[in-house]
Amino acid sequence: MVANREASPPTTAAGASGSRWRVETRTTLSTAFGIVAIAAMLLLALTPFFASRGVVQDLFFILTMLVLAQNWNLLAGYAGLISVGQQLFVGCGAYALFSFVILLGLDPLLAVLLSGVFAALVSVPTAFFAFRLHGPYFAIGTWVIAEVGRLLFAQWKALGGGTGTSLPRDATRDMIGIGFLKETLGLKSAAAVDALTFWVALILLAATMGTMYRLLRSRNGLGLAAVRDNEVAARALGVDAMRMKATVYVVTAFLTGITGALTYLQKARISPEAAFSLTDWTAYIIFIVVIGGIGTIEGPIVGVIVFFLMQNALSSYGSWYLLLMGALAIVTMLFAPRGLWGLASDRTGIELFPVRRILKRGPNHQGTKGGPHG
Amino acid sequence: MAPLLETRGLRASYGDFQALFGVDLTLDAGEMIAVIGANGAGKSTLMRSIAGTIRNAPNDILHRGTEIGALPAPDVMARGIALVPEGRKLFPSLTVEENLLVGTYGRKIDGPWSLGTVYDLFPVIAERRNYPATALSGGQQQMVAIGRALMSNPEVLLCDELSLGLAPIVIRDIYAAFPRIRIAGAAIVIVEQDIAQALKVADRVYCMMEGRVTLSGRPSDLDRSAIHAAYFGAEGHELA
Amino acid sequence: MNWLDTIFQGILLGGLYALFAAGLSLVFGIMRLVNLAHGDLIVCAAFLILQLVSALQINPFIAALIAAPVMFGIGWVLQYHLLNRTLGKDILPPLLVTFGLSIVIQNGLLESFSADSRRISAGTLESASLGIGVLSAGVMPLLTFASAILVVVALNQLIYRTALGRAFRATSDDVATAGLMGIRPNRIFATATGLAMVVVTIAALYLGTRATFDPTAGPARLIYAFEAVIIGGLGSLWGTLAGGVILGVAQTLGAAINPEWQILAGHVAFLLVLLVRPRGLFPRAVD
Ligand SMILES: Nc1ncnc2c1ncn2[C@@H]1O[C@H](COP(=O)(O)OP(=O)(O)OP(=O)(O)O)[C@@H](O)[C@H]1O
Ligand SMILES: [Mg+2]
Repeated sequence: MVANREASPPTTAAGASGSRWRVETRTTLSTAFGIVAIAAMLLLALTPFFASRGVVQDLFFILTMLVLAQNWNLLAGYAGLISVGQQLFVGCGAYALFSFVILLGLDPLLAVLLSGVFAALVSVPTAFFAFRLHGPYFAIGTWVIAEVGRLLFAQWKALGGGTGTSLPRDATRDMIGIGFLKETLGLKSAAAVDALTFWVALILLAATMGTMYRLLRSRNGLGLAAVRDNEVAARALGVDAMRMKATVYVVTAFLTGITGALTYLQKARISPEAAFSLTDWTAYIIFIVVIGGIGTIEGPIVGVIVFFLMQNALSSYGSWYLLLMGALAIVTMLFAPRGLWGLASDRTGIELFPVRRILKRGPNHQGTKGGPHG
Repeated sequence: MAPLLETRGLRASYGDFQALFGVDLTLDAGEMIAVIGANGAGKSTLMRSIAGTIRNAPNDILHRGTEIGALPAPDVMARGIALVPEGRKLFPSLTVEENLLVGTYGRKIDGPWSLGTVYDLFPVIAERRNYPATALSGGQQQMVAIGRALMSNPEVLLCDELSLGLAPIVIRDIYAAFPRIRIAGAAIVIVEQDIAQALKVADRVYCMMEGRVTLSGRPSDLDRSAIHAAYFGAEGHELA
Repeated sequence: MNWLDTIFQGILLGGLYALFAAGLSLVFGIMRLVNLAHGDLIVCAAFLILQLVSALQINPFIAALIAAPVMFGIGWVLQYHLLNRTLGKDILPPLLVTFGLSIVIQNGLLESFSADSRRISAGTLESASLGIGVLSAGVMPLLTFASAILVVVALNQLIYRTALGRAFRATSDDVATAGLMGIRPNRIFATATGLAMVVVTIAALYLGTRATFDPTAGPARLIYAFEAVIIGGLGSLWGTLAGGVILGVAQTLGAAINPEWQILAGHVAFLLVLLVRPRGLFPRAVD
């Protein structure tokens, strides 16, 4: 574990008295950063007013990938649930959206929210099966279930079966809020749709980060860390490991489902191959989290920027690009397991979202490390 | 001539925690020595250091004058230094006989010890050769652990707390095997918490406290109060 | 009779899945490592055999004999220099490193061999068939099944009858104590992965001669292998064979009802087993 670098050594030779210890999670820097982050979000919200559609779409892509990455990070990095089947919830969210809009004629924005609920509902039986498997087998188990999802949706002829289908053009144009945007801002329909989905993505990101930050700073967050580090010990201390993990699993499924629905609302075209793609919705996401730094809130933000730049520069190289990505992930895992953010944070001691508890004025206690392996 | 086994100012750590602070010890061919000390004195750490499960500075440990402090366990074992680890540590997936056979994996040489002679030494385990090792009683498991170490025909046999958790009568049975092991040629280091037992069987005794050797010598040369002080510290408890 | 035939074909198909799975099962049993690149390594071996067949104009069985030691070497080096570094208490590094490896192998194969489907030609054997009572079976599927049984028997002999096998089991029990026996865990692990790659080569031979394959075929093979292992129960190679058979039968039955349901039926069988017997049908105790 990480030593508490903020802790100052005892001031008196006689040792610290117990009453002087304080547990803190906030630092001055992080408070300042919090203000900056909120300002940045607000600024970002203004982009549709001055930036081109291309820029707005790029930002939309970055935001949605970041939401997916943070959810996977919460699952794997904090709850120890290493899933390679999150494409299940992207796909379910996306298909739910298409069915709500095309078959039931619901308003797309409302449908996005309902699609998240659908994904969360799907996650309950999924958890029932997947949680019977542990560790690495859990990972492949989630993948199998995602495959089941893909095969089942490919059987749904009303939504185009294996080849998929498109949203009708007028579905998004008549969405709640589009008319208002067109009138007040004079935007064209397509630009108005881009702006609206962008804002929803921004809200989604804020909600995800907020949920994560609050969860990790709460008592439950502490329990989560305990479960990840040693499930048996945590259980002995009365932490209900299963319930904790199941909650995280369902919450991340909900958010992942909403993101899937939103992404496909913007794409307006769906197929089982694309919506349940292991590469797009899991491999890329894992890359983002690993490169940036798993188990940190800051890491995926760094990771998604690296990913976006790499994709712009290299995606025309096709499989070479993917090969490079895989190799980079391996190298990172071996030599910098806490990613780029971990490297930076170790050098500078900066934590922007401090969720670790810091013992102030505690004795400079050094934990003993376990023996080396093998 | 260099001693068979020697530690010189041996230091050992677990991460940031230092457990041994300069231990000097020698073992000559044919000798049997005992290491005694209270819980946490560092006896097991000393055994693990010699056996190579903990790495040390190369010149901290010498075998026939060769530096072996930094060698990993398989290399140390191949040189003929075998450890009966604390808590026996038999392999549960292996039968009794397989546990014995696996003891020769890194060192297959002809010598006094083989399946036949080990079974001869501990007839009770011969009867149970095809049982899983964990199906045996604690004393029988300890016999298998000793047999497993002997199978490599070691020059040095290190035994960490053979009597741990065993009834006195079983302990007596196990110690009864040692004269034969000595006659067969191995030099022996035993770690023992029972001072009387150690004084009875060993040629020389080392007493450890808090990672240091506090007393050493022949049992006949050591008096009770000196051992007591070395074992518990100067302001230690009175003997009951 | 039609149903009987379908089930029989399914059993034979199960032999192929058992071959996919045996290596995975072996490696997990010894070092608790699940190699997510396992399927891609099977495809990689199939390409190796294909290259040997076309470059040297030899029979695929002979090509597999040449490929096996090469794959052993690849597995050994991969484990010794890459995967051993990831082993430890934390399961995240091995999973993510092998996941990365899967992507690297897949895209490396795509670059080298394009996305085209390939097939290894086994000459007249391909169409040869035998009648067994009322049933008839292709020679290749029969060979596959026989090979699967042979592999399981051979691996069990190795694990339970040899010094290397004892070292495998001892290391799996307790790495530190194994070191005291003169066992070098890193080499034991490398040898185990090497052996798994020999089995992978055999699996690749039948994968490539029975059907077409392409560089992206790996993940699906991994999933079948995984399902066979879990259905059979961890730690038992006979269980893995049974798991493969159950999976094969489920798939052919599904396909008989509707060709689009083949894969789905396999997954459903897997989930059903998970539901009623979470530890698999034949967990280690039976072995
Ligand atoms: N794996 C380990 N990691 C960290 N510290 C350890 C480890 N093993 C032992 N120690 C510490 O090293 C010191 C010496 O331990 P050691 O096991 O050598 O004592 P010992 O004399 O064998 O005690 P006992 O009679 O209880 O077996 C103790 O303070 C112990 O807490
Ligand atoms: Mg001890």
